[in-house]
Parts: sequence; structure tokens; C-alpha cells
Amino acid sequence: MFEYDFMRSAFVAAGLAAVVSGMVGYFLVLRGQTFAGHALGHIGFAGATGAVLVGLAPVWGLVGFTLAAGIGMGVLGERISGRDVAVGAVLALALGFGLLFLHYYTAFATEATALLFGNVLAVAPGTIAALAVLSAVTLASLAAIMRPLIFASLQPELAEAKGVPLRFVSTAFLAVVALAVSESAQIVGVLLVFSLTVGPPATAQRLVTGLWSGLILAAALAVAEAWIGIGAAYYTDWPVSFCISVLSAAGYLVALIVGSGMPRSSRHTIDRATEGRPLQP
Amino acid sequence: MNVIEFDHVTIRLGGRGVLVDASFAIAQGEFIGVLGPNGAGKTTLMRAIVGLVRPSGGAIHVFDRAPRRGDPVIGYVPQLRTVMPDLRVRGFDFIASSVRGERWGIPVLSNLDRKAIEGKLADAGARELAERPLSDMSGGERQRLLLAQALLGEPRLLLLDEPLISLDYRYQEEIIDLVRRFARERNITVLFSAHELNQLIGALDRVLYLGNGQAALGTVGEVVTGPVLSRLYGARIDVVRADGHIFVLSRGRDVERCDHLHDHAHDHHHHHV
Ligand SMILES: Nc1ncnc2c1ncn2[C@@H]1O[C@H](COP(=O)(O)OP(=O)(O)OP(=O)(O)O)[C@@H](O)[C@H]1O
Ligand SMILES: [Mg+2]
Repeated sequence: MFEYDFMRSAFVAAGLAAVVSGMVGYFLVLRGQTFAGHALGHIGFAGATGAVLVGLAPVWGLVGFTLAAGIGMGVLGERISGRDVAVGAVLALALGFGLLFLHYYTAFATEATALLFGNVLAVAPGTIAALAVLSAVTLASLAAIMRPLIFASLQPELAEAKGVPLRFVSTAFLAVVALAVSESAQIVGVLLVFSLTVGPPATAQRLVTGLWSGLILAAALAVAEAWIGIGAAYYTDWPVSFCISVLSAAGYLVALIVGSGMPRSSRHTIDRATEGRPLQP
Repeated sequence: MNVIEFDHVTIRLGGRGVLVDASFAIAQGEFIGVLGPNGAGKTTLMRAIVGLVRPSGGAIHVFDRAPRRGDPVIGYVPQLRTVMPDLRVRGFDFIASSVRGERWGIPVLSNLDRKAIEGKLADAGARELAERPLSDMSGGERQRLLLAQALLGEPRLLLLDEPLISLDYRYQEEIIDLVRRFARERNITVLFSAHELNQLIGALDRVLYLGNGQAALGTVGEVVTGPVLSRLYGARIDVVRADGHIFVLSRGRDVERCDHLHDHAHDHHHHHV
């Protein structure tokens, strides 16, 4: 299959998107913000359709909208308890706008399908260079904020006391997520962004407990799933996105089963509700 | 030399005076039990010392300087400890995240850092927690891990906000002993907030009792008396000493024990980040 240009492009593009998604997704899962990542994909869809309506390339709408939304979420997301509701509301609104834009520009329907479900086999060689630049920028930004991001994700109260600017870090991180999401949306499609940003990192966290090993395993799994998915699609003629999403879900399921088979001394899922009640002597 | 000085400090939160014109000084090496009813301002006091809350009046001095965030000589275990219910990160990496965690860039640990972490884990009797994920740890094990973390970087001042929460009696004793021993050996000043005085009596040098916007610092004999506590609780309080225990009673009911029944109501909402 490597004799075809489009297949080579597909492997390179998917590999780039997978590394970025796996690594950024690792932190999304660590911070419990996978829902926000998902919502950014939908907002990107609305942005892309909106861009087409005003005569711009959909990529600009995709990147611009997700970036603006990511930063907006970070700035507004101070009240953590309300986050899920806020994200859910914005997600629904974005989908509604996407639908409205499509309604006025029906000619965009096929492209919209590609954006929603992805079409990695149609990646133009020119896009690859852009993808590579986007990947490099995303990973460099992630590296720049990584240390305080880990600290703030694991122990926000202490991180704040130690001088970590929590709001800036979380906003910068969501901007990085927005870049990663718009990138992987072009490969696997908006609706399947989950398969690369959540599946592999969640799987990695079931299998290893080290931060670095988890991060690297997440990226490796994402690449493996993307490439095997493309290969499988080539031989079966099933859609690539379908193959990748099945692999992603299957990987997580296997990790869950393997993980629960490992010895665990005491399974405590402690949250604040149980912590506040000391036992009486 | 005084480690902490409060000079006519007033702290207002949400328009309410949590601390009003409070003055006291704590010397190097003292073990201070910080006590007081819910909402008395124990947590706020510690947050003020690490520079997260600014007083609206008066001055706070910590090691003769104004409090500043990220002071490396302070080891802090906050009361609110948000932990994802299913955080599958091992203990070692969890602690390591705090090592220069406020700097930008990619986190790298030197061999020295690793040795220091391992050493403190051993000190806190938490060596076996290094490889275990947090999701698998009990409340007591986590507390120990956080204590090991607070000891990193050789702090001169330890602020422990309710480190006994969710521990049963045996573990409470262990944690108190551990902190006491560690602090004695290194002449570290400790502020240890708790809801029950009796367990701490053997360990503490003085108590800092908070309530009603006021603070009373002194030995147990000086502070834990009917008149002083009545002033702090804003109600008539009787102190009964029996059998080596001290009972703080309000209209015949044990105040400390009643506290527990509706303890930390404001912490109960799930708080995932
Ligand atoms: N950010 C805030 N805004 C407004 N009021 C606040 C804030 N934080 C705390 N308070 C109030 O300040 C008072 C002191 O709170 P603090 O948490 O310091 O008490 P505490 O002694 O630690 O109580 P507990 O025993 O429940 O931990 C409380 O009345 C609380 O409601
Ligand atoms: Mg408190």
C-alpha cells in the first residue's frame, strides 16, 4: 500500500496528528477535562462552516474558533463546579450554529461530512507541511507549560500557594488543546477527535502509573491505532475513522480488563465527601 | 527570633472580619496547635502566612519578611486537597510534581531530587507508596505522602491544615508523633490545625485558639479556660479537666465532638479539576 502517494501522505499526517493528540490528550485525561476537549471539536465544526459561509478556507474557521473558544473557556472556567454545565451549553450552541451555517450553504455539505468524520486518505501533500508546523507549535507550547501544568493538575491548592498562576496555566493549556483538536479534526474528523485525544491516553493511564511513561505510551498508542486503522481500512475498504475509533475503544477495554486483573491492595476512590468525616476514636 | 509575627492584623473575606486586630508571635521550633470552631479562620490564617490572602490591616511577617507565594522555607499541606477520584499516577511522580513545579518548561529531576524524595518518603514511613497509584491509596496513606512532600526542601516552617482528617485514632497518633519527632530533630516550627485538642496535648508547646475574629495564643493552661474560650466562641463555655483530658463544654455538650457532626459542610461539593 506504500506505493501510493495518498497512502504515504495518510500515514505521515495521521502519525503527526496522533503524536500531538496522544500527548495533549494525556493531560486532558489527567485534568478530567475530556469533555472540554470534545466540545472544542464541535466548536471547530461551527467555525469551519462559518468560515466557508463568509468565503474563507474552513481550516481558518476551525483553528480560529477552537482557539478562541479554548481561551474563552480557560478565562471563564474559574468556577470549576459549573464547568460541565457551561461546557455542555457551549457545545450545544456550537452545534446549533454549525447547523445554521450549513443551512445557508448547502453546497458545503460534502466538505462538512469530511470535517465531521474525517478523510485522511484525501490529505493533500501541501497540507502535510502545514500539519507539521502546527504539530511543532502545539508540542512546543505544551513543553513550555508542562511543569506548572502537571503541578496544577495534580495539586491545584498547593500549586497556587507555590506561585503557579493557575488561571493562566489552564487557559494556555486549553489553547494548546484547541490547536491539537483542530489538527486531529482534519485527520479523523470532529466527531472522532475523541478516538485520538481520549482513547490512547486513558488506555495508557490504566496500564502505567508514571507520568513520563504514561505520556510516551499515550503517544505511541495513538500512533499505533492511527496507523493500524489506516492499514485496516486499506484492506477492508471500511472508513478509516471507523477503524481508528474501534481500535481506540478496544484498546481501552483491553486495558480495563488487564488493569482490573492486576493486584490492587485497596481500592479507594476518595473524594471530598468522604474525606470530611473523621472516624471517632 | 520570631518565625511568624502578626501585628494588629485584620483579614476580611466576603465583607466579614475573619481576623480583627490580632497580634501574636511564634518562635522558631515551636509546635503550635491551631484550634477553633468551623469557620474560625484556621485555613485563612495559613493562607495568609503563605501569601494567598492579604490582610486589610496590620502587617504579617514570616521570617521577618512580608509573606510571599512560593517561599521555599515553608512546607504546606492545604486543607482542601483536590484529588481526582481515579488518579492513576504513582506516589513518587505525584510528589515530584511539586519540585520546582512553579517553573516553566519540561519537568526534569536531578539525581539529587530523586534521592531527596526517596529520603523524605522513608522519613514519613511512606516508602512503599512511591510505586502505588494515588487511586489505590487510603486516606491515611495519602496524608503520609503529602507529609513527605511537605518535608521536601528542608522547610523551616510547616503549615499542616487538618492533617488528621479522615484518619482513625491510631493513624492520627502516628502522624502527630511523626511530625513532632521530625520538627524536634530539625528545630522546625509547626502550625498544626485540628479539631480536637486532646490528641495534640502531648505534642504541642502552645495553642493558637481562633474564634469570633480573635486569636488567643498561649499554653493550654492559659488559653483553654472558660473565660478565654467563652470570648472566642461567643457563648458561655465551660472547661472541664478530668483524667488527663480536657473537655470543652457548651451548655453541657462537648463542643469539639459536636463540631464533627457537621464538619466541613462547605467542603462537601465534589471538586474535580
Ligand atoms: N474566599 C472566601 N470568600 C468569602 N469568605 C470566605 C472565603 N474563604 C473563607 N471564607 C470565610 O472565612 C471564614 C473562615 O474560614 P476558614 O476556612 O479559614 O475557617 P476554618 O477555621 O479553617 O474552618 P474549618 O474548621 O471548617 O476548616 C469562614 O466564615 C468562611 O466562610
Ligand atoms: Mg479550615
